[in-house]
Amino acid sequence: MALAFLPALARMAVCGGTHGNELSGVYVVQEMERQRKEKGADTWPIPITTLLSNPQAVKECRRYIDTDMNRCFNRATLSSPIADSSAYEVRCAQELNNLLGPKGSTDATDMICDLHNTTSNMGLTLIHYTSNDWVTLHICKYLQTKITKVPVRVLVLDFPISDAYNLESVSKHGFTIEVGPQPHGVVRADIYIVMKEAVDLTIDWIHKFNSGMVFEGGDVEAFKFIKSVDYPRDPETRSLTAAIHPQLQDKDFCLLKRGDPLFFTFSGETVKYEEDETLHPFFINEAAYYEKASCVKDDPGLVIEAGKEGRDAAPAVLWPLRLDRACTN
Amino acid sequence: MSSRTIISCLQEAKRVAIFGGTHGNEMSGITLVNMWIQNSVEIERDGLVSKPFISNPRAVEKCTRYIDTDLNRAFTPENLSAPDVEGLPYEIQRAKEINRMFGPKGSSDAYDVIFDLHNTTSNMGSTLILESSTDFFNLQMVHYIKKAMAPHTCSVLLNEHPQLKYSTTRSVAKHPIGLEVGPQPQGVLRSNVFESMRTILKHALDFLELFNSGVEFPPCTVDVFRIQERMDYPRDTNGNITAMVHPHLQDCDWEPLNRGDPMFLTFDGRTILYEGANTVYPTFINEAAYYEKQQAFVTTCREILAANAIRKASNVFS
Repeated sequence: MALAFLPALARMAVCGGTHGNELSGVYVVQEMERQRKEKGADTWPIPITTLLSNPQAVKECRRYIDTDMNRCFNRATLSSPIADSSAYEVRCAQELNNLLGPKGSTDATDMICDLHNTTSNMGLTLIHYTSNDWVTLHICKYLQTKITKVPVRVLVLDFPISDAYNLESVSKHGFTIEVGPQPHGVVRADIYIVMKEAVDLTIDWIHKFNSGMVFEGGDVEAFKFIKSVDYPRDPETRSLTAAIHPQLQDKDFCLLKRGDPLFFTFSGETVKYEEDETLHPFFINEAAYYEKASCVKDDPGLVIEAGKEGRDAAPAVLWPLRLDRACTN
Repeated sequence: MSSRTIISCLQEAKRVAIFGGTHGNEMSGITLVNMWIQNSVEIERDGLVSKPFISNPRAVEKCTRYIDTDLNRAFTPENLSAPDVEGLPYEIQRAKEINRMFGPKGSSDAYDVIFDLHNTTSNMGSTLILESSTDFFNLQMVHYIKKAMAPHTCSVLLNEHPQLKYSTTRSVAKHPIGLEVGPQPQGVLRSNVFESMRTILKHALDFLELFNSGVEFPPCTVDVFRIQERMDYPRDTNGNITAMVHPHLQDCDWEPLNRGDPMFLTFDGRTILYEGANTVYPTFINEAAYYEKQQAFVTTCREILAANAIRKASNVFS
C-alpha cells in the first residue's frame, strides 16, 4: 500500500470554553496552564497555545453571550466588518482567526483541538468537518485504539472548508473532542479524565509522527451527518408535546430501525421511527439544541442528529502516514 | 384497647398550588405546569382547588435559573416587605407578587399547600423536601406518597438547619413541599424524570382528597435525611475550584460516606479524603447550580420522625 508523506505538525492549540458552560475543556485548559507554569516551556514536545475561546461566557457559565461562538468561523462571518453592534462572539472569532489562522492560509496553526461537552450519552466523539484530512483521521484511529474507558467514535460533517463554521476549521488539521454525558455547568471527574486523556494522546501522536514513526493505514469507521430530527411540537405554540422515548434516551449511535420508539408523548403515546433507512442517532437530547429548533425556522432543529455509519463516506481506506522530512523546516 | 392515640385535627387543604419554573431551566415542572394550565383534568380532585403556576416566567422564557437573583432564596421577611421601587431585582418583585397571590406568608389567608417542582443534576432520584420536623400534615403526606411510590424509592430531605435553611418560594404556604427529581441536566427534559414527578404529584393530590373527605391517617414514622453541613469544593486564593467530586462519590447520593473515603479529585490527579468523625449521607452531590453557592454537596444524618394521627377538623371547630 502506498505511503503518504506529510509535513510535521509544528504548532497546536487546545481551546476550552468555546461554549462557556461546557466545563471539562475549561478545566483541562486551566490544568495545562498550571503545568506550563510549573514545568516551563518544555512541558510538551511542540509549542501548544492553550486558551479559553469565549472568556466572558466562561465567566458567566453560559453557552454564549450574544451568539453561538461555534457557528462564527465560516468565511462570511470572519470577514464581516466589526461595528459597535457586532456580537461579542463575532469579535472573539475574528480575534481567534488572527491568532490561530488566518483560516485557509499557510500561516494557520497546524492543529486545533476544540474541547466540548454534551448532555447526550456520546462517550468520546471526535468531530471533524471533512473526510479528506489524513492527519486528523489517523489521530482519531490512534485514540480509538488507545482509549478503552469509553466508546470512541468519529463523526464527519462533510462541509467545504469555507462553509465550515466551527473553531477547528481555522487550523489545517482540527477536530472537536466532544465528551458526554455531562450536564452543562457541571464538571464530572470521569468525563474530565477522558477528555484529558484524549488531549494527551493527541499530543503523543503528534510527537511520534514528528519523530518519523510510520502509522499503518487501514479503515476508519466514521459516522456521517445525514439529518436532524425535531421533537413533535404543538403547531401553534411550538412547545414540545413529547420527550425522547425512554428506550431511545442514552442510546446514542445505536441502530434506529423502522418501528423503533422515538418519542413518548405527554399523553402516553409512543411515536415510532417511520423511515425505511436504518440510521444511527446521536446528540440525543442535547440541552443546547432545544433552542435551535424553536428559533430558526429553516433549520428544523438538532434534537437528535441522525447519522449514517459511512464506510462509503469517510475514506474507506486510510493510507499509512509518515512524516515528510523534506517539509520539516 | 390500646393506649389513647392523640389525633391532630387539622384544617382541610382546600387551596393547593403547583409551582413549576421557580428555576427557569428545570424542565419537568415547567412542562407539567404548562400542560396543566392548558388542561387541568389530571390535577383536579374533589374538595380542593389546585392551581398550576409558573413562578418565574422570565427565567423560563430564557431557559435560565434566574434573571437577577435566585427566586428560591428570595422570600425573606426583608424582601417581602421591601417597598415597590424602581430597580428592585426582578425576582424580588416576583416574590412580593407571589406572596400577595398565595400568601401572605405566615397568615391564615395563605394557601394551604404549595408543591414546588424542581430538578437537579445530582443523582438524587425522587426526593421530597421538608422544612419542618413537626408538620404532621406534611409528614403524613410524605408517608403516603412513599408507600404509594414503592418499590420506587422516594427519599425525604429535611432542611431545618438554622443557617442552611433558606426562604423558599413554597414557604409562602402553610404546608410547603419541595419535589426534587434527578439526575437531569438543566434545560433538558428526560421522560423518566418527567413521569416520576407526575406520579409523585398524582399521589400527593390523592392524599389531599382523602384527607379532605374525612379519612383519618394513623400515627406513622418517616425516615428522613436531616441536612447537617455544606461542603464546598477546595478552591485557590482566587476562588476557583481546584478539584472535582471524586468518581467514587459522584452519583452516590444517600449512600454512607465514612472517614477516609475519597471525596475530591484534584485536576492533577490527587485524591482528597473525607476527614469527618462520623458517617454522613451526602446529597445534592455536584449540583450545577451550587458551584456559585460554594457547595459541592451537603451532608445529612439519618433520623426517624414521628407524626401523630391526623384527620380533618370538623366544621364546629374550624
